[in-house]
Order: sequence, then structure tokens, then C-alpha cells
Amino acid sequence: MSRAALLLLADGRFPAGGHAHSGGVEAAVARRAVHDTASLEAFCRGRLHTTGLTTAGLSAAAAAGHDALLLDDAADARTPAPALRAVSRRLGRQMTRAARATFPSAALERLAAHRPQGAHQPVVLGLTARAAGLTPVDAAHAAAYESAGGPATAAVRLLSLDPLDASRVLARLGVETDRVATAAADAAARVAAEGVDALPSASSPLLDITGEQHAAWTVRLFAS
Amino acid sequence: MHLDHSLPHQHFPSASATRPDGHRRALRVGLGGPVGSGKTASVAALCRTLRDRYALAVVTNDIYTREDAEYLLREAVLPPERIAAVETGACPHTAIRDDISANLEAVEHLEETLHPLDLVLIESGGDNLTATFSKGLVDVQIFVIDVSSGDDIPRKGGPGITTADLLVVNKTDLAPHVGADLAAMAADARRQRGDLPVIFTSLTSDDGIREVADWVTGHLTEWRAEAAV
Repeated sequence: MSRAALLLLADGRFPAGGHAHSGGVEAAVARRAVHDTASLEAFCRGRLHTTGLTTAGLSAAAAAGHDALLLDDAADARTPAPALRAVSRRLGRQMTRAARATFPSAALERLAAHRPQGAHQPVVLGLTARAAGLTPVDAAHAAAYESAGGPATAAVRLLSLDPLDASRVLARLGVETDRVATAAADAAARVAAEGVDALPSASSPLLDITGEQHAAWTVRLFAS
Repeated sequence: MHLDHSLPHQHFPSASATRPDGHRRALRVGLGGPVGSGKTASVAALCRTLRDRYALAVVTNDIYTREDAEYLLREAVLPPERIAAVETGACPHTAIRDDISANLEAVEHLEETLHPLDLVLIESGGDNLTATFSKGLVDVQIFVIDVSSGDDIPRKGGPGITTADLLVVNKTDLAPHVGADLAAMAADARRQRGDLPVIFTSLTSDDGIREVADWVTGHLTEWRAEAAV
């Protein structure tokens, strides 16, 4: 296992399209729900324990080698908002491109062949982690970390927030991020016995609603 | 878990010159430069000049609106299905240089739906003098500046000015009004760029884009000649 491979996958500079997405924080900023460091931390914590936990579970299960197509369906079932489903598949396509150049695998090619319009991003992330020799909990870490890291980075641009404050938010969420990743990997370990229903399905209805609204905006900085 | 050795050296270069079906893909030309220098107007003029001879499509990278794409639609320089807008997450240079995945998707989508295309123009969002396109995204790039933003811009240099395959200095019609010294701009550009070409344009005059269109056509001819080898 290469520890550096995990750092590469979790790095916001990994060219997989994430930089153009705010993880819902642009809509939250527009509603003034996020307007300073404290409200950003609350938003990131909420996203970590909902979207973050759910995507981390899917990534961990994919990294463990469970049926990627089944997991892709499970991701659909856990993503009720059509706009966010489309975003997840688009990011999955973009991550597939990056994974082909960095950690190519036959498993990823099979998934891409069955999902030409893109598989869900957390599933692709899990397969990529597996190809990189990483463990399920590593994949869960990358997904959980990104669920808070994405909005934090976007908030720096949207609110001209002090980047040191945004980094402090992520540092403070570190232990919780670890716990979410562990819980997700534990759930993924139960998939063999219990099926994909064992995976977390935490959702955030407000993120779903505002995500759908954001997709209809004509003027916006981020694609989601 | 281990690396999948069935695909040890498989690599998919972003800008492979051929499509998956083996046909040579369209030439990709990037147009970058500061806000307001005339990138969209240049794209519109290129479309009007070249659209009857070549199968064209355009990708725009607006910073926070779809205004550039809508301008092109309003001006009816191309049918709507030939124009795609990419969103850049407040970072136009990232989308054309550091993480080109959304732009590549847009280009490939146009190539698939409008096959066969000869030429794809990719317009960056207005940015600064350091913004250049990745070679993984475009084959050649044009950097567009204008005389009214200060005639010292070529002297200041930066990657856009010094390395673009073509430097366009636009709005020469405004030079007398803003006191811009075109000769000094040309001399500075030569100093910064060596043998790389510079074209001065005024898009308010009839056929003001002609020289730039010829430059693009020249590259397109070369691109096709390589395909024929």
C-alpha cells in the first residue's frame, strides 16, 4: 500500500473536476445560512455526517471489491435529487479520466463500459483507491475528507473568508472525519453478509432542495 | 490489493490526436486573455469567417454566467448545439490549465454529437496575464490583449504574452484615443516573443479578423496534412 497514493487522491489539486463544485455551499451562502467561519463549520459538519458518511460508505465498499454496478445503483438510491445525481455522475466521469492516467484497472474499465454516461463519483473513487492498493478505510477517508474540504475551499472564494480560518475548520473536523471514515468502512465490511443495505444512507433534505434550486440559477460561480 | 498488472502501461493522453474510432479529431484552438480584451468578439468573428468552409464548434468558460455563450447565440454565429458553456468554480485558469476535465468533456461531447468537426475554439474566461491553456486541452493557443488596457502590457510579459502561439493585439482603432503607441507595443512583443507571431486587429473594421482567421486556417491545414501522413 502506498500512503502517498492516498494523499494524491485526497488532494484538491487532483485533476478530477472537483474545483468547479461547491458541495452546496454556494446555495447556502446565497441564503446567508453560511456567512462566516462558524456557520461554515456547521455546514461542513452537517455535510460530513450526511453526504460524507454516505459517499464514504460507497467508496469503502467499492474499494473492498464489491460489485461496482450494484454500488452504483445503491448510490442512485441514496441520491434522491436529480440535479445531484447528475453532478455525481459527471464527477464520476471526470474522475474516471484521471484514474485512467494514474491508477488504471480492469475493474474501472468494466464499470465505465457499463456506465458510459458516468458512474457515481464515490464508486469510481473506491475503485481507483483499490487500484492504487489502498484499503476500504483509506477510500472512506478520501470521500469523507472531500465532503467537507470541497465546501470549505469554495467558501474561501465565495465569502473572501480567511483561508487560515477555513483550514482551521477542517483541522477541527479531523477527528470527526476519522470517525465517519471508520464507521463507513465498518458498514462496508458488513456488505458481504448483509448486502448494500448495510451501507449508510444518511441524507440532507435541505442540501437536496437547494441543490435542485442551484441547478436552475442562471448566474453562479460553481457548477453545483 | 495490488496494482492491476493487466494494464501496466496503459495511458490515455488527454489530447490524443485521434478519436477512439481512429479518425483524427478536430483541431483545438484556445483563446485566452484579460477581461474585456475582445476574446468573445474574436471568437464570433472567427466563426462568421470560417463557418462556411469548416465544421466548427465553440466551448466558452464564463466566470459566473453564461453570458459569453449567450452573446454567441444572440449574434447567431453558430447554431446553439455547436456552443457549449463550461462552469469554472471561480477559477477560470484552473479550468483551462490545472484541471481540464470539464473542458475536455465539453470538447468530446461536441465531437461526438457533431462528428465530423474540423475545428473547436475554446474561449477561456477573462483572466490575468499568467493564464495559459494546458497542452492536454488545446493544440495551439491565441492570447488576446487590447491597446486600451495599457500599451505596456507586452513589455510586462507573463506566460500568456511570451508563450502563446499567437498574440493578438486588439482594438487598434482605439489607439489614438487612449494614447497607445502601437510601434512600441510591437517592439516589446517582439522582444518578449522572439519569432512567435503577433497580429494587430480592429474588429470594428470589415474583415478585421482576416489575418487571425488565416493563421487558424494555416494550422488547420497543417493538422490535416499530418493526419494524411
